[in-house]
Order: sequence, then C-alpha cells, then structure tokens
Amino acid sequence: MTSTEQVQTSEAAIDPTRDPRLDLLAKKPDQMEKLIALCFIVGIACFVAMMVFYVRGSSTQVEGALMAAGFGGLGVGMVAWGKYLMPKGPFEEERHQIGSTEEDRKAFADAFIGRGTIAVKRRSFLGKLLGLATAIFGIFSLGPLLDSLGPNPGNALDSTAWKKGSKVVTEHGRAIKVDDLEVGGFMTVFPEGNVGSYDGQTLLIRAGTSDIVTMPGRESWGPQGYLAYSKVCTHAGCPISLYQQETEQLLCPCHQSLFNVLQAAEPVFGPAPRPLPQLPLAIDKNGYIIAQAGYNEPIGPGYWNF
Amino acid sequence: MPSLLKKDKPKQTGAEKATAGAKWLDDRLGLAKGGRVFFNKIFPDHWSFMLGEIALYSFVVLLVTGVFLTLYYVPSADMLTYHGSYAPLKGTQVSAAYNSTLAISFDVRFGLLVRQMHHWAADIFLGAIAVHMCRVFFTGAFRRPRELNWIVGVTLLILGISNGFLGYSLPDDLISGTGLRIMFSVVESIPVVGTHLAFWLFGGNYPGNGVIIPRMFMLHVLLVPAIMVALVGAHLALLVKQKHTQFSGPGKTEKNVVGTPMWPGFMFKTQGYFFLVVAVLAGLGGWAQINPIWQYGQYFPYKVSYAVQPDWYMGWLDGALRIMPSWEFQNFGYMIPNMFFPAVLLPGIAFNIFIVWPFIEAKVRKDYKEHHLLERPRDNPWRTSIGAGALAFFFMLFAASSTDVLANYFNISLNLVLWFFRFATYIIPFFVAGITYKICLELQALGRYGGRRKRFNVVLRTAEGEYFSEKTPARPGDLDVLSGEEEEPLELTEEVSEKIRESSELIGVSSTELNKLPPPADQGVKRVERD
Repeated sequence: MTSTEQVQTSEAAIDPTRDPRLDLLAKKPDQMEKLIALCFIVGIACFVAMMVFYVRGSSTQVEGALMAAGFGGLGVGMVAWGKYLMPKGPFEEERHQIGSTEEDRKAFADAFIGRGTIAVKRRSFLGKLLGLATAIFGIFSLGPLLDSLGPNPGNALDSTAWKKGSKVVTEHGRAIKVDDLEVGGFMTVFPEGNVGSYDGQTLLIRAGTSDIVTMPGRESWGPQGYLAYSKVCTHAGCPISLYQQETEQLLCPCHQSLFNVLQAAEPVFGPAPRPLPQLPLAIDKNGYIIAQAGYNEPIGPGYWNF
Repeated sequence: MPSLLKKDKPKQTGAEKATAGAKWLDDRLGLAKGGRVFFNKIFPDHWSFMLGEIALYSFVVLLVTGVFLTLYYVPSADMLTYHGSYAPLKGTQVSAAYNSTLAISFDVRFGLLVRQMHHWAADIFLGAIAVHMCRVFFTGAFRRPRELNWIVGVTLLILGISNGFLGYSLPDDLISGTGLRIMFSVVESIPVVGTHLAFWLFGGNYPGNGVIIPRMFMLHVLLVPAIMVALVGAHLALLVKQKHTQFSGPGKTEKNVVGTPMWPGFMFKTQGYFFLVVAVLAGLGGWAQINPIWQYGQYFPYKVSYAVQPDWYMGWLDGALRIMPSWEFQNFGYMIPNMFFPAVLLPGIAFNIFIVWPFIEAKVRKDYKEHHLLERPRDNPWRTSIGAGALAFFFMLFAASSTDVLANYFNISLNLVLWFFRFATYIIPFFVAGITYKICLELQALGRYGGRRKRFNVVLRTAEGEYFSEKTPARPGDLDVLSGEEEEPLELTEEVSEKIRESSELIGVSSTELNKLPPPADQGVKRVERD
C-alpha cells in the first residue's frame, strides 16, 4: 500500500495514524469470523466423509455432492475472508510508462548492432555455413521425417476391396442369397474377406422384385430389385445408415444429406455434392449375390486429385 | 541428544523462523523488492473481470483431473473382449482405449466423477474463454498496448478448441469415432496437400493403422497442454506487466488502477473463487451426466448413431457443414471439395480476423493511442454492433448443428429447417447488428449517470387556478444536455413563485417537495410560459 499513501481523506486528517482504507468491510468482524469458521468446518466434514466413502465405496452422485459441498464451503469462506476481514480500500496504483526510455532504446540498439556487427559481419562465411546446415536439417524434418508418419496416398483413395466376383457378405461374414432380403429390407454388407473394412462398407437394399435400372448404362446393375450403394457419405464420410422405404431415400445421420435410391443415389437434399457410387450386382448360379465389378469411381468425400 | 541442542540454541518463535527462512531465500533470489511490487498489484473490482478467472481455474481443474485420467487411460486401438463391470457390454469386442474409459467410469474409485469433471471443465473452460473474450472485445480492452495479449488469448482459444476435440475423440466411442472420420474428411479436403496430411495424421487411409489414438493422446496430454501452460503464463505475465484496464469512474484515470491489492485481499478472494469453480465442476461431475460412452458403444467405421452432435464449441463448425450448399468445384482434373469451405476456410478466416482485429480497428478508427480506461459497449456502437452481429452469426451456425433435433422436436420438416438456416444465418446477423447499433445510441442518450431521456416538466397550479408548465433545472444525462442543444434554464418571476408558494401551502404540499421547485429568481424574468 506504500504507493498509495499520499491519498488523504478527511478522517485521516483528524487521526493521522488511522487510514480509513484499512478498516474492515465487516461491521461485526467476530461474527464474520465465526461464519467463516463454520464454512471451513463444512469443508472438513465433507472431506472426511469423502475419505470414508472412498474406503467403503459410494456412488458418483455422493462423491460429487461431497466434493462440491466441501470446496463450496472453502470457497465461500475464503471469499468472505478476503472480502469482509480485509482492508476495504479502495487502493490505488500508479501506471508507469510501459515502453523503455529513448536512452535505454538507444543503448540497446548500440549494444546489439554495434557489437553484433563486429561479431557477425566479419564472419559472414561462417554464418552462411550455419544457415546451410539448419536449412538441410529443416528440409530433412519436413521431408523424410514427416513422410514416415504415413504412406503416400498414391491411388489408395481411388479403389476399394470390391472387385469382379466379390461375394456380398454380412458384417458377420455370411454370404447373402437372393431370398434373404424382403422388399423394403436393407443391410450393411462387405466384400468377402474384408468384413468391417471402412471403404468396403456398402448398403444392400431390396427395393423391388424385378430388375431395377437406376440410370441409363446401369441396366444390369440391380438384379431382382437388389441395389448396392457405397455406405460412405460423399459429404463428410459418415456411414449412411437410414433407409426411408416409403420415399426410397437414404439419409445420412451426420449432416442430413438425402439420396434417391431409385435414381442412382442422386443427392436430393443437404450438403452432399455427389451421388453415392453404385456397386453393380449380379446373382451367381448358386443364388448368391456378388459384385459384377468394383466401384467405377472413388467412394466417400472429395479430395484434391479426385 | 535433544536436550543438549536445546541448551545451545534458544527456541525460536514461529515468526522468527519465518523471517530467517525468508532471509535465507532472499539472500539467494533477491525477491523482496519485486515481491513487494507484486503484492501491491491492484485488481479492479468489477464482476466482468472474473470471467477470465473462471477459464484459468477450469484450466487448473483440467490439468489435475487430466493427470488422474492418464493414470488409467490406455491409448491403444487394440481390440479385446470386455470383462468389466458394465453388464450390457460384457463379452463384446472393444478397443483398449474404450475398455479403459469404461474402467475409469465403472471400476476406478471416483473415476466417473473425475472423468465427468474433466469433460465439464473443458466445456466451461471454453465457455469462459468465449465470454471473457466478449468482455475484452466489447469494452475495447484489446486496444494498445494489449494487442499482443489479445493474440495470446485467441491462440489459447484455438488451442483449447483443438485440445477439446482431441480429448473428446480419445474414448473411441461411436460418436467420437464419427467425429474423427469427419475430421479426416476435413483434412482431406484441403487443396493440394490434404490427402497427404490426412494420411500422415492417421498413418494411412481411414481408419488408418491404429496410430491415431496414441498420436492424439500425445497431442492431448503433452504437446498442446504444454503450449497452453506456457501461453497462460505469458497471458498472466503480460497482465501484470501492463497492469489491468479499468472502467472509468470516480478517481479512476488513464494513469492509475483502483481496486483491491494482490496481497492479501485479492489472493484470498481469488483462492476462494478457485474453490467455488472446483465446487461447481464437482457438482456437475457428480450430478450432470456427460458423454455416457457406454450408451454409444464401441466405434466401428461402418456404424453410426442418431443425433450426432459434437461438444458445444465445435457446434458452429458442424452447423456450417450442414447448411453449406451442395457445391463442389472440379476443374482441370482437380477438386475443391464441399467440406473445404465450411470446415477449413470459415474457421481460417474467422480466427484470422480475431487475431488481427486490434490492428483493423486501430486503422479504421485511426486510434493508435494507449488506452487503459475501458469503453462501455454503448459508447462505441460501431464495434459493439459488429461484435453482436458476429455473435449472432456464430450462434446461428451453432443452432444449425441441431437441424435434425430441431425438426424432430418441433415436428416440422427438416427441409424447412435447413432452408431457414441457409438464409437466416446470413440475414439475422445484419438485423442484430442494426438493432444493437440503435440500442447503443438509445443507451447513450440515457446518459452516463442515470439521467433521463427528456427533461422533466413540472405543471403547477396557483391558488387562483392558473397553470404553469415549467422545465426542471438541467441535469447531466438529459437529452438536450447531451446533444448540446441545452435550452436556457427557465426561471420563475418572484411574483409567480410567491403565488406557487402560497397555493402549495393551501393544498398542503410538503416542504421537501417545495424544495424541488426552481428557486425564486433573483435575476429577473427570462421566459415564463403561461396558457
């Protein structure tokens, strides 16, 4: 409080030894002290109870309540102590100029540039060598070191595990026969041997009983009403998991993009910019559903060299 | 032999021991001079200065509870069979990360309390930062010389959001896994380097080779918190160096700070405040369930849940993703994907504007002076309305992240909700900014010290039945005073005043009410209205 002693008030003038700012805010300090003690006793009681419950086991609610009440007691007590049993103020502090004086700046610049020039300029060749060394290390850090974090994308994003003749299987690895799905039914399927794979996940929908053509050029892709689309949303890559049978639409639960099942999964609503890639299906001689070929375009969200 | 020691050395009192200890330290560190200045640091007494403290103390709780959680969390994507005490999941395949999070929730003593406190502390940390930032913005506390501390603060906000997302993703549950997949797509959408960055982060094409969880763990518990601790230190050091701002008021100037000194008043109060923040977080952790991952289940890349919403501070980005039109730009064999605009460009622009705002404002308003007195928001309607508009924009984006929930709750078409947000997100901020500007002007007119909009008129009737309409003396804050169009104070003639006095005696008006009347004129009549 030394910096503020020059502030005088009328009361201080009457009794020069008494600074009214040092008075307490509390009118009855003794009572306040008892109240604060009570708060701290609440804290002690709660923390002791916590120790007991730690040994005996308890519920999260009891633990939370005791901890909240314990710290609440300490908190209220401390705030009251700081507010009512401390000099009430107000106190004042002067601001000083933040920046250095002109002399200091000049002295600094002289030291930095003056001495620095002697040290550095005459040794510019050493400086260049040092720069070269750090540059090489920088390139090493950004190149090989960073690159070993993961493989080069290459064409990993262009294709999936689906290929010609891949058997369509459930998430438990069971092959699917043509009678397994009723009209209106749908399930998540994978290429045989890649169950659970991210980019292989595909929605198998039975939208009818006769062959379905979703767009010209896909005449044979939907045998006996079976349609298969990549389950990976073309917007943000979420798994599309809602099939609305009445409207023949697929809904992505993340950002609510809607795709029209009967028209090549063309997006009809929401942020998805492209249709879901369609997997051409066929039915083999044993009645199992297989893929005629893999997807003819990358699945999932867009990227630079899409 | 203790008895001998006692003889040789007289017993010291506690105070003597403390003095000797302090002397020992000061001989080596020389802290007394600086320490005294530090103890005298003044903290202004205004409630809005506590918002940053909430953030600071939530951060402390995050560090402490986070250390507890690292004792039990296993950062691994290895699959194993769950044998813990949560019956519905017994025997299912879960990752080691998910398994350990379940163990923290059900099998570690106080584990669920601490886990939920940690999550609540993160949400409240970022909430407090956001509100603290609003306080700093709307009062102009970021102006010279505090631009650097504003930048440190914005950086802390960005790091806080990032670390929140990382921590949210660590349990490997169904909802956080979906969020992580969206993050892969976001990184992938960056032109030129996107796929490389995504493959580096995840160790390959999504879902990667299992490195993402240990990598996120390292970032979440080590790298990002270390940077944040350093920046919090810098934030506080700058605050001490540059001293606090304060609102103007009696005795407060650009040259001083008025309030409570660091020692002992502020230290006691702020310590208590820390305990109160812990108490609230413990109450929330014990009673308000948050992120019940056992209900979501283990993440599998082909599974998803309904109502996939991130934590609140990511909501604006999720909302931006939802209301983005289905555009994608493909040219010369290269694509700028849809996600790039809402998920990379929008936050990139937003955070960059935040960072450079002090310099934009200084340039636009040509105000390069030092400011230590805060502005009231109304006194700078230009800035206040821009801030309010920006807040409205972010709030609309945030609300748009719940389009599906809103449509379900109000039983209206999702289509309608989406189209509403696609337009309203851009229109409403302008309305909010305009209304805010108007409100600022109105509040300014109210005056600084609670004056009234218009000067009072007093209607008086004499005993004879004559009426007078008189304006009361001008007071600070009156509209005509503020606008500088103050009318000449009206004064009554001695004759009229005398009449009023007589009549008021007749009708029994008290003397205090009479005192409110303008004093009898002694400089002649200026103007008297008489009807």
